[in-house]
Amino acid sequence: MGQVEDTRVANMTDHEVHLEATAQHRSVAAGGTDADRAVVFETRDLEVFYGDFRAVRDVSLDIVEHEITAFIGPSGCGKTTVLRCFDRMNDLIESARVEGTILYHGVDLYGSNVDAVEVRRRIGMVFQKPNPFPKSIYDNLAFGPKLGGVKKKSELDDIVESSLRASALWDEVKDRLKSSALGLSGGQQQRLCIARCVAVKPDVILMDEPCSALDPIATARIEELMQELAKEYTIVIVTHNMQQAARVSDRTAFFTTDVNEESDRRTGVLVEFNSTSKMFSNPDDSRTEQYVTGRFG
Amino acid sequence: MTATLDTADTPSIDLTTNPSRRRKDTAARWFFRLGALTTMVVTLLIIVTLLADAWEFLSKHADTDDGLGALTEIGWFPRRGLYDISTLVVGTLIVTGIAMLVAVPLGLGAAVYLAEYARPKVRRIIKPIVEVLAGIPSVVLGYFAIAVINPELVVRVFSSANRAFTLAAAGIGVGILTIPIIASVAEDALRAVPLSLREASYGLGAERLQTTFRVVFPGAISGIVAALILGVSRAIGETMVVAIAAGAVGGGLFRLTPLEPGQTTTAAMAALGFGSDQVAGDNLAFQSLYFVGLLLFFMTLLLNVLSDWLVNRLREVY
Amino acid sequence: MALTTPSSMGGATARSVTEGLTRKGLDVRSKVVETVLILMLTLSLLVLMVLIVDLFIRSWPVWTSRAGDFLTTNLNSQNAAEAGIGQAIRGTLILCVVVAVVAFPIGIACAVYLEEYSSTSLFARLIRVNVRNLAGVPSIVYGLLGLAIFVKALDNWNGGRNVFAGGLALSALVLPIVVITTSEALRAVPRSIREGALGVGATPWETIRSHVLPSAAPGILTGTVLSLARAAGEAAPILLVGAATGLLRTGSQSLVEQLQGPFTALPVVIFSYARQPGDEFRELTAAASLVLLVMVLIMNGVAIWLRNRYEKKW
Repeated sequence: MGQVEDTRVANMTDHEVHLEATAQHRSVAAGGTDADRAVVFETRDLEVFYGDFRAVRDVSLDIVEHEITAFIGPSGCGKTTVLRCFDRMNDLIESARVEGTILYHGVDLYGSNVDAVEVRRRIGMVFQKPNPFPKSIYDNLAFGPKLGGVKKKSELDDIVESSLRASALWDEVKDRLKSSALGLSGGQQQRLCIARCVAVKPDVILMDEPCSALDPIATARIEELMQELAKEYTIVIVTHNMQQAARVSDRTAFFTTDVNEESDRRTGVLVEFNSTSKMFSNPDDSRTEQYVTGRFG
Repeated sequence: MTATLDTADTPSIDLTTNPSRRRKDTAARWFFRLGALTTMVVTLLIIVTLLADAWEFLSKHADTDDGLGALTEIGWFPRRGLYDISTLVVGTLIVTGIAMLVAVPLGLGAAVYLAEYARPKVRRIIKPIVEVLAGIPSVVLGYFAIAVINPELVVRVFSSANRAFTLAAAGIGVGILTIPIIASVAEDALRAVPLSLREASYGLGAERLQTTFRVVFPGAISGIVAALILGVSRAIGETMVVAIAAGAVGGGLFRLTPLEPGQTTTAAMAALGFGSDQVAGDNLAFQSLYFVGLLLFFMTLLLNVLSDWLVNRLREVY
Repeated sequence: MALTTPSSMGGATARSVTEGLTRKGLDVRSKVVETVLILMLTLSLLVLMVLIVDLFIRSWPVWTSRAGDFLTTNLNSQNAAEAGIGQAIRGTLILCVVVAVVAFPIGIACAVYLEEYSSTSLFARLIRVNVRNLAGVPSIVYGLLGLAIFVKALDNWNGGRNVFAGGLALSALVLPIVVITTSEALRAVPRSIREGALGVGATPWETIRSHVLPSAAPGILTGTVLSLARAAGEAAPILLVGAATGLLRTGSQSLVEQLQGPFTALPVVIFSYARQPGDEFRELTAAASLVLLVMVLIMNGVAIWLRNRYEKKW
């Protein structure tokens, strides 16, 4: 199994070296061993149904704070479905039903008293295709804080600037904050969406294949950004790109599909959840090893 | 297998169409072209007839004693030679204004509800009913205005209102007719806003109210303005409701109050064309009809072009 | 400037998180807005109901005392007891036939030309813009057109004030609707059907005749029925053309003479009766309105039913 690790190291680019260094720096800075860090999400036996169809099952994993956790696996195995459970976005789909438990800092996320709107204020999401509002850059960023009651212009200005700095976009747009966000390039728009997320000061940032619509250079910039953001936030990312998961994440969850022979429907299932280094060098499950070494998927 | 081409023996390939089929095809093409041309002819005819007689009206009028000054007298009494256009314009403005007061909140409200709040089952039942509202003939609504709206609504609320005919009742009637247009176009505009924008808004922790009014509505604004413009255009062009319920056949005084009978451009034209102001032939009253018609045609044309342009702008953004 | 996050504030405890996440009372603002919106929708629908109920109630005496008589006797704006809508119904039906004969072929032809033959040429774009503008022109302008052109052209018959002039004016009114709805129906036919026919060597006309038109037929039918409903309900154009509003005696005339002579239609009769004073005429107006409304609603209903029944899923 060691040959997987050797191949990986030999093929690393400068970008990847840089990322790994940041990751190590980050874990040292955050202090202590894994055991000292709080668990943000605790998932036990999570299952999601769309009507009668069970889309994903048997998901039990822990998301640790200030880490980047990646969900990988082939298409249609429920990675995005599970991600969307964490900020209760599946509520927007009428037929969706969640069973099992998700604890957020020890509190049942789907408890009867819990307000989904408050959940989404704390747990932000960046989507696959950048979706800036058809407003100015400034208004895009100010939208969230205004919802939270921030009214004073000076406060809003500060928030806009700090969010743009946090997503490495400030220098590029500081002179045209009032121009339309739709005039930015794809990569810039995605960084804008990240900034928009950051502007509401969330606890967790969920990213659903954030780079799949971007070119490699824009992708590299966002990967570096993720590393920086992880110092302040907890990040969970769904990605199709296995190498990306290997580059940026601390922990990885591998999903696959399970064909039900009678109904011929595919249900997603969590196969393995481990630290990234272990996942890509010495995985526990043979299916994981097959995927990671590219024999399928 | 090798194929050899023996040019001496192979017959030449004829790639031309069978002549009778080609003839039929050409004939059919001409038939359809004719149909298209006819629509152009209709527009040209409208413009020509309106222009010709309107011009005659203006030039003849300039020859009379007061010249064009007679265009602004105490009122619109065509049989007495008084052609105060401003009476008609004010009447149209009052009726259109009241109509929009009714149609905009009800129409936009219905559109927002159907696009953002209603469940698919509810939508499937409600939408056709709103479309039924669009099919009510204007004479029936005119009857409704004079028989129900005026006595039960206008006079009850404003005791000083005229008991039989008011511009207000006509305005409300026109408003009812306009609701479906605004509702339908505005709803299409709202639904054109992509789901990803709503998700972005919810993802930031917005509630439905905030998402609807701060993201979706502004995102659809050009379509919504288009809906309003179409509504205004419809309200301006409405004839029968006013002809029945506003009462001023034969003429109307220049008035600013909606609680009395009045006259609009369209109803004036109707009155000139039949019945009480029945005119035919070359006299001035008859031609004033065309002058007013010309104004109306270009006004609504302008509004409709504007609204089309706005809808296209909305499509471009998304 | 470092952002403060819940986790950077020394770890969130379960209790503080629960407090933060708990629904802060019923979301009043949202509910209020939703209620207001539902109210507006209901108000619009309520108007429709009040209208129908009023028509029924007010016209009830007419139906109970002289229903058959009312439906068959002549237009009479002097004597309420003798007034009826027989001629009006006949006039409306004849007008519908004229509209169908004139507007449908021309409108369908125009749409076919726009969609099948040269949909991107300057000419086609001009026609499209033109048709869309015509659709928004007030109905009374079509009355002016009728008065200026059709009445003068058909001057031999009753000085031009006959049912054909009226029908032509209505046809012009309805033409844009036919073109627009037929265009949509044609556009809904998938390209593959046309390509399939052309691919085996059919001419454009043959493709249209045997594949496109049959496919689009239900949609076209829906559009034509809708435009008939619209034509049946219009009064302004035919009033200007000279529909009779006072009295119409056609007792002893032959059918041909009747067609060439004065005419009337339901919307015109409603207009006429609505302007007469007195409760009896109010009742007659309500009764006639009910008949027209039912007619128009049935036509709209048939159109919608047709559309739903034949809506194919490609």
